[in-house]
Amino acid sequence: MIPLVTGQEVTFWIVAPLMVLGALGLLFLRKAVYAALSMAFVMVNLAVLYASLNAMFLTFVQIIVYTGAIMMLFLFVLMLVGVDTPDSVVETLKGQKVAAWLAGAGMLGLIVFGIGGSLAGGPQVGLDEANAAHGGNVESLAALIFGRHVFVFELTSALLITAAVGAMVLGQHARVRPKPTQRDLAEKRMREYAEDGVHPGTLPNSGVIARHNGIAVPALLPDGTVSEASVSQALAMRGVILDSPALSRTTAEAFEAIEGARAEEDES
Amino acid sequence: MNDPWWLVLIKVVVLFVVLLVWTIFNVWYERRLVGKMQHRLGPIMNGPLGLGQALADGMKLLIKEDFMPSMVDRVLFTVAPMIAGTAAFTAWAVIPFGGEVEMFGVKTYLQLTDLPVGVLVLLAVTSVGIYGFVLAGWSSNSPYSLLGGLRSSAQMISYEIAMGLSLVAVFLYAGSMSTHDIVEAQRTPLLPFNVDIGLQTWYWLLLLPSFVIYVIAMVGETNRAPFDLPEAESELVSGYITEYSGFRYAVYFLAEYINMATVSAIATTLFVGGYLPIWPLNLIEPLNNPWLGPIFFVIKVQLFISLFVWLRGTLPRFRYDQFMKLGWKGLIPISLAWIIVIATVSALRQENLLQGPILWGSIILIALAIAAIMFVGEKPEPEPAPDTGPFDAFAGGYPVPPMPGQVLPELQDVIPSTAEPQRPVGEEQ
Repeated sequence: MIPLVTGQEVTFWIVAPLMVLGALGLLFLRKAVYAALSMAFVMVNLAVLYASLNAMFLTFVQIIVYTGAIMMLFLFVLMLVGVDTPDSVVETLKGQKVAAWLAGAGMLGLIVFGIGGSLAGGPQVGLDEANAAHGGNVESLAALIFGRHVFVFELTSALLITAAVGAMVLGQHARVRPKPTQRDLAEKRMREYAEDGVHPGTLPNSGVIARHNGIAVPALLPDGTVSEASVSQALAMRGVILDSPALSRTTAEAFEAIEGARAEEDES
Repeated sequence: MNDPWWLVLIKVVVLFVVLLVWTIFNVWYERRLVGKMQHRLGPIMNGPLGLGQALADGMKLLIKEDFMPSMVDRVLFTVAPMIAGTAAFTAWAVIPFGGEVEMFGVKTYLQLTDLPVGVLVLLAVTSVGIYGFVLAGWSSNSPYSLLGGLRSSAQMISYEIAMGLSLVAVFLYAGSMSTHDIVEAQRTPLLPFNVDIGLQTWYWLLLLPSFVIYVIAMVGETNRAPFDLPEAESELVSGYITEYSGFRYAVYFLAEYINMATVSAIATTLFVGGYLPIWPLNLIEPLNNPWLGPIFFVIKVQLFISLFVWLRGTLPRFRYDQFMKLGWKGLIPISLAWIIVIATVSALRQENLLQGPILWGSIILIALAIAAIMFVGEKPEPEPAPDTGPFDAFAGGYPVPPMPGQVLPELQDVIPSTAEPQRPVGEEQ
């Protein structure tokens, strides 16, 4: 007798190995972005498994919430690290490893006892009957979330909000003085111009000469002198800007040559 | 609705071809329309009405050298456009083009598939599509691309929240998340003063705040002007696609235009009656034929795309912090409050409490609230009177230009010439 193979089983045996690969990738890939992506891959495949079990609502909520929002935020932070930066392996929080092991063991216990409990005990009515109880998959889920389990969800959301507010408070630093607005800045600029004659417009561009064009090349003013404001002060301190006297000397030589030629013309 | 495999295949192929052709048409359409708005013609030279221009541009991108800079992350640089392109096409699987028809003896909907959670599929596919943009930014290994990718992800996540919240009111009214059911729910006749003149309960009117929020959020979601910060060319060259060229660039181009059509199609489906005929036409019985659905649908989507073009031709780009402020402090709180109002109203209606004193009490309360917002808020500052006194070049301590009506002291004696300006001697015509 040929054993009956259902679509669910086929999906499971295709998706499950891929998920294991993705999970191993999360552990062993060196680049943080790749690790995050393999986690997103696991989550999408989890959604596929939900779909094969006819849990359509859960499928797409899984993708929207976990893949779309949470993993995206992870990626968002990791991306700021840059492509070529290797991971730092220095432990910054004391006892982090021990805590991680403990939390992992606790999670494992939860999973084993949770799944084991639902497999061993309690009557199982099947998906169709569970859905029919409130007139549909979405409606039945809503009845459970907002009915029987409402306190669990409310407590979880309170915990999450506390964590989010806590993160914001810890991440904030008090401002010593109020942040200047665009108007304040404009007025300050005009006042400086009126009092000290500081140029109120943008600074001159660097590299505005024919031979070179780069941020380390100072601009020359019309009379051939070098404009110090056209290069970054940080570069000037490091001493990497091009030699300005040499540059202005070139201009001066050009001017002299022109004047010499003019004088010759006048003589002849 | 279970279709046989060959019908699904037909639908997939037709959908794919329609999307590609429509995108090419949209590129031309946008250039012509924005040209009209800017008093120029746009592409007119190649093909009838210049239609060949978009086709030729597409072909150019396909056969151009596909250039990959040396410092990029080679795997993700290739994977990213694939994700963006796939997501853009997938979203159309649940968009209803028409109602129930009979095709080769099989009764089916004119849409690829109808899921009980159809609108969630759209949100899920959009959120996966963001990966395409973000990974493009990261893998390009260039600051411009990275900033573009970061902006893109932050923007799309923020506006997707507002978008999802604005859809909740539609779910509550339609009682379903399937796109087909939502369109059919809008077929219910609307009876102003109990007179049947053939109006239907399209949700843009019934749920106007949701519609407005959705339209704003959909522009933010597709990175289009005035919210095109991820590709702000004055700041970021062209954002996450700076390093792309050739076919990979073409995929992003395609994805952007398909996404524009996708969000327009969602707006059409959820708020302006999808494939249902436009009002006076639905009184003519033959026009209610489901085979005509795609025509009405395409007309409505094209009108939304025209709105996109209109916005692009009219509005300057937002500053990034203003844009985020609008999303988080404007759209999201307003839509949350609106959902509470809608939920309360529908709960009261279900319990049959929306009559007698409660109805009048709530109307008075709302009127008072509107009055409070209108009259109690800050008084606008009166315009300062124009300064007609003598011109003071250092008014307020720093140099200022003359106000309107004032004349610079050194120009006071100058009499403007009335003669025609003469061409300088010796200049050629």
